[in-house]
Amino acid sequence: MYVAVKGGERAIENAHAWLAEERRGDLAVAELSVAQIREQLRLAVNRVMAEGSLYDPDLAALAIKQARGDLIEAIFLVRAYRTTLPRFGASRPVETGDMACDRRISATFKDAPGGQVLGPTFDYTHRLMDFALAAEGEDAGAGPEVPRGVPTEEPVPHITEFLNRDGMIEREPDGNDEPPDLTRAPLEFPADRPLRLQNLTRGDEGFLLGLAYSTQRGYARSHAFVGELRVGTVAVEMDIPELGFAIEIGEVDLTECETVNQFKGSKTEPPQFTRGYGLVFGMSERKAIAMALVDRALRTRELGEDNLGAPAQDEEFVLAHSDNVQATGFLEHIKLPHYVDFQSELELVRRLRREAALAASAQQAEAVE
Amino acid sequence: MSLLAKTPGDALEACLAGLDDVPGAQLLRAPEIGGVMVRGRMGGTGQPFNLGEMTVTRCSLRLAGGQVGHGYVQGRDKRAARCAALVDALMQTDRAAEVRAAVLEPLAAELSARSHARAARAAATKVEFFTMVRGEDI
Repeated sequence: MYVAVKGGERAIENAHAWLAEERRGDLAVAELSVAQIREQLRLAVNRVMAEGSLYDPDLAALAIKQARGDLIEAIFLVRAYRTTLPRFGASRPVETGDMACDRRISATFKDAPGGQVLGPTFDYTHRLMDFALAAEGEDAGAGPEVPRGVPTEEPVPHITEFLNRDGMIEREPDGNDEPPDLTRAPLEFPADRPLRLQNLTRGDEGFLLGLAYSTQRGYARSHAFVGELRVGTVAVEMDIPELGFAIEIGEVDLTECETVNQFKGSKTEPPQFTRGYGLVFGMSERKAIAMALVDRALRTRELGEDNLGAPAQDEEFVLAHSDNVQATGFLEHIKLPHYVDFQSELELVRRLRREAALAASAQQAEAVE
Repeated sequence: MSLLAKTPGDALEACLAGLDDVPGAQLLRAPEIGGVMVRGRMGGTGQPFNLGEMTVTRCSLRLAGGQVGHGYVQGRDKRAARCAALVDALMQTDRAAEVRAAVLEPLAAELSARSHARAARAAATKVEFFTMVRGEDI
């Protein structure tokens, strides 16, 4: 029997009122502004933009504030907002080769043209607590002057292009095919690489990190080198129909990771280095490297490699479980009322127990006879 | 227009305020917030794929003289989109030189100073390798 019940409106309203109060926290402590979050928690903002799949730092900062710092909740808010926007069109593919790099390193070539530029990195810090940051009242922001160098005009070419010249690395097929868009059509398998990359770039950082780590530990190992990692700003161009030409409609910060992976050759491909690719909104290095490793692991089919049955090689497993909004929705729905479902389960288990008890006593009676 | 797209709304308004006698205009398309799908290329050079969207606000208007201006700006600032469209329209009138000097050039200078400041900081973090011991010298 299905029983519809109603109620709880007042409890819900009161819960939300309390939530707002808890969000604000102690009134004796100054309230955070959206601009403070945008400027001072920028890496959190970057993650919300990347996984929310919408580049808008102010909006991401607002979402973080509203979600009390729960980043997946903030990503959910951004995704929900995104669906309300009319789509003006698609940009031309961004030229990461023309990026104004804040950071650019290569683990494969020491003397790469353009040099190794560290940028504002956590690398080489000692991970010791800096209690100076906890000093209240003084603006530590001014700090010592950041050293300036002389920027050179020399181009910063993609490192994999050098290997490309000698045929040592697979060629990236170029073209301008219209890529599939998983925000417009449901994900279907098998998924081609453009669709996989769209899924990975908005996928959960922790999930991709775990999968990427599994490939390093031996589950479909492909021994990856970071050929290049670059972080910086690129212009976004779009063709404007009413103008008849393309203009820059803005700029976005991106992190790009190209891995160079060992490859012994297969039935269809010669021995050469292969590629994994990561491109993520904002400064999101861990995510970009993880994305590149998982991208490479998922390319088993197109490279004619043996599928070793590793989780990172299983595109359905990876792509269907990478989205944290989808995963959270399904995971958390089980906390909502399931009274009727559970009632029927309860009835079922009671009946089975009754039948088992009857069968046991019948058996006992037989044994006595 | 590319310059206007990247300028924060308040900076754009401040520049326009420096222009005397800003003409009225008829809105052809009221400022509208939307999304643009940003694309990347696989491996940086290959086939395109969808990276994610960005917010963009656009606006179109017509001056009394008939010139039509379009504005596309990054973000969700409707006033900035209107300012950008107005500047685009004015650039098609005989006041183009005046608008260029009062609005576009200061904005371009500010943008270039900002990117130069970042590039200078990046340049200071460039690694200078020096060889400690080379095998063949021993």
